[in-house]
Amino acid sequence: MFRKIAISAVSALTLMTGAAWAAGEGETTDVAFSFEGPFGSFDQHQLQRGLQVYTEVCSTCHGLKFVRIGDLAEAGGPQLPEDQVKAYAKAFPINDEASNPQFLDPASGSMRTLTPADHFPANNSMGAPDLSVMAKARKGFEGPYGLGTNQLFKGMGGPEHIYSIITGFTGQTKDTAGVTLYENKAFPGGWMGMPNTAIAAGQVTYADGTESSLENEAKDVAAFLTWAAEPKMMVRKESGFKAVLLLGLLSVLLYLTNKRLWSKVKGKKLSHQA
Amino acid sequence: MAGIPHDHYEPKPGFQTWLHSRLPIVSLVYDTLMLPTPKNLNWMWIWGIVLTFCLALQIVTGIVLAMHYTPNVDLAFGSVEHIMRDVNGGVMLRYLHANGASLFFFAVYCHIFRGLYYGSYKAPREVTWVIGMIIYFLMIATAFMGYVLPWGQMSFWGATVITGLFGAIPGVGVSLQEWLLGGFAVSNATLNRFFSLHYLLPFVIAALVAVHIWAFHTTGNNNPTGVEVRRGSKAEVEADTVPFWPYYVIKDLFALSVILMLFFAVVGFMPNYLGDPDNYIQANPLATPAHIVPEWYLLPFYAILRSFDNTVWAVQLVHFLTFGIVDSKLFGVLAMGGAILCMALAPWLDTSAVRSGRYRPMFKAWFAVLVIDFVVLMWCGSQVPSSFTGWVGLIAATYWFAYFLVILPLLGVLEKPLLPPASIEEDFKSHYASPAE
Amino acid sequence: MSHAEETSGTRRDFLYYATAGAGVVATGAAVWPLVNQMNPSADVRALASIDVDISGVAEGTQLTVLWRGKPVFVRHRTADEIKAGEAVKMSDLVDTNAENDNLPPGSEATDANRALDKDGKWLVMMGVCTHLGCVPLGNGAGEFGGWFCPCHGSQYDTAGRIRKGPAPRNLQVPVAAFTNDTTIKLG
Repeated sequence: MFRKIAISAVSALTLMTGAAWAAGEGETTDVAFSFEGPFGSFDQHQLQRGLQVYTEVCSTCHGLKFVRIGDLAEAGGPQLPEDQVKAYAKAFPINDEASNPQFLDPASGSMRTLTPADHFPANNSMGAPDLSVMAKARKGFEGPYGLGTNQLFKGMGGPEHIYSIITGFTGQTKDTAGVTLYENKAFPGGWMGMPNTAIAAGQVTYADGTESSLENEAKDVAAFLTWAAEPKMMVRKESGFKAVLLLGLLSVLLYLTNKRLWSKVKGKKLSHQA
Repeated sequence: MAGIPHDHYEPKPGFQTWLHSRLPIVSLVYDTLMLPTPKNLNWMWIWGIVLTFCLALQIVTGIVLAMHYTPNVDLAFGSVEHIMRDVNGGVMLRYLHANGASLFFFAVYCHIFRGLYYGSYKAPREVTWVIGMIIYFLMIATAFMGYVLPWGQMSFWGATVITGLFGAIPGVGVSLQEWLLGGFAVSNATLNRFFSLHYLLPFVIAALVAVHIWAFHTTGNNNPTGVEVRRGSKAEVEADTVPFWPYYVIKDLFALSVILMLFFAVVGFMPNYLGDPDNYIQANPLATPAHIVPEWYLLPFYAILRSFDNTVWAVQLVHFLTFGIVDSKLFGVLAMGGAILCMALAPWLDTSAVRSGRYRPMFKAWFAVLVIDFVVLMWCGSQVPSSFTGWVGLIAATYWFAYFLVILPLLGVLEKPLLPPASIEEDFKSHYASPAE
Repeated sequence: MSHAEETSGTRRDFLYYATAGAGVVATGAAVWPLVNQMNPSADVRALASIDVDISGVAEGTQLTVLWRGKPVFVRHRTADEIKAGEAVKMSDLVDTNAENDNLPPGSEATDANRALDKDGKWLVMMGVCTHLGCVPLGNGAGEFGGWFCPCHGSQYDTAGRIRKGPAPRNLQVPVAAFTNDTTIKLG
């Protein structure tokens, strides 16, 4: 009896948790990313393309202030060669000087050049949100009925949300209190401040010959931002996998030990109901 | 230590006697480990060890995280990102701590409902039960303050809403709230004191856990039959029990190992599933998230808090009877506190002469409804308030109170229980053949 | 029968040892991260090696940079300073070891062994007095035209070698190298 109750309670709990939905959420397209699932890993080339999209397009308005530039050389990420990272840091522009006092050179009174040890600059010039942990700060999936099973099977949907925002503009605009808003199918509420001209097909030219369609740009930058939000994802999955294996072995051994130990105390389980 | 008769530690002449006469620590450990434990405990008796492990896990990972965390409104969010990106192994340490809270509460709910079903709260274990409830209450406080520390949007607004509850207390409420916050709103002072208390309370919990264990080692464990271990002679005790070491230590470690395997799968592969994405947005006092929800483990009581609005006749009645002192906000706060208090009072509310639910046919059904009720409340707490969830929540909250305040006392009178076995040995023999020689 | 008992006993022992062993491994695997987290984190390690731009350091001046939490003096020496440094005899030195991390240990403390480049123009050394760790004053301070430590009066010459006072060793020359004409890499 108790076991049955416990099992149903446990499964109900599992279904419920993480459940939260807000009304009027936007539509999210499910995208199959290489890093999904327990064994998925980042596609190094996709991350490099995504970095290119961020650098050439997004960074004009969005900062990435928690990400260290030097991490671009780390294994499990875009893994650029050290000298390229150095050159990249040196060339990276600081678009919003007021938000980055840490890069002010007190001697010259102007902004110094960046090094791999620095973080990407913050950027509040257009009031656009920082993208450092954006891929974890949005959910693309929820429900059904607040049960949370969609997140369980599809993932939280952060990268998918980014993809859907970039590809979700309808072309409609409206002016509200002197501010132009742009209609976007993926944005909660439907109207957002980011202009529909911010990113378009062909805006970057990929060195590896990948077609720079809007979908590809969106996918690549969503993958890059997922890495930016959690550069240690590969380490995390590996640690989790090792721990599960080791504990699995330990569980089997403890099971056998336990069984042998108790064989002195109890014999076969009798089938009749007591 | 009083309790079940068993062999005690006998120091050998020499160093053992020398030490024993000065500090009987070996004796304490020996008697704790060799405690005669009913031999018919089932798999619901593993949660104590799991909980002890969780407390140790949270304290150890917490101490480590505190070496890298900065409790300052401008730096807290960034220092958590520093842990996730820069600190050696920091990503696992932080996810273990965050998801460790979920495992802790999952285990404590299993532990509590085990106690509720098998009547573990009943005499002579009332003190064990009440201390357990105090531990549970402190766990809630600790988890709540810990959730504020990453200084995300849900941290900030959760803190704002929950500390706002104190403002409902008549007369002193607003002063109390300001005292608690160290300001007029959640601020740097609040973050600092929450960090301090979040670090302190686990050690208070650890001390209470020691008292909790001391208490039930004095009375002896309950067991699925609810029949006490016979204490007439050592032979009787040996027929009813096995020593805790090695039998239950190994059994509990096996269960713990399996549970940790699942836990590490969550931490390694879906560490943010149980969290709210809004907490990855840095706290902003100028923008409230669309939907403020606590973590899953607090949802049932959050649902009870929300259920009693001023359209409920009971709320209106109390409002009228108290000349308006108890409004719907205060009623909600009292209901939330009362829901936990009801559980703590279960030893005195349950009038049945039979301890274990196994031999109580009517009780079984009401208890099953209580478990479902708990899950329904959890679901309600996670939803955007609507008239539907409002009704469901109100019914579920009412059942929670009805179970403890009405059903438990009445069942003892109305129910005709089955006859429990005469002894644990008898029950054990009816389930298991004698061991093969 | 005794034979059968023996076998089962051995098997049981093996199982117990294997379980205990796996438990020890699991515990060890859990303890190591707790120790390792106290080692320098990635952001600290990222600054273990830094580039110093020396294009703006005129002859006869010096740049002080913070590296690994300590000051490093980068001095662009004049011809007179180099000459003064070369003129010192080994027998006049308190410490005849070059104390230069770029050279094999035990190298002599000649002026050339102290300087970073062939011409001896650039002197790069830790700005930490070898006595008790104060930061010596520079720019031709002290009796020997080099550095003078205000704490206990140690005097260093134009090559940063200890000449007088309580300090036991010459100022340490850290691992450093030119990456191009205007950049020195520390570490």
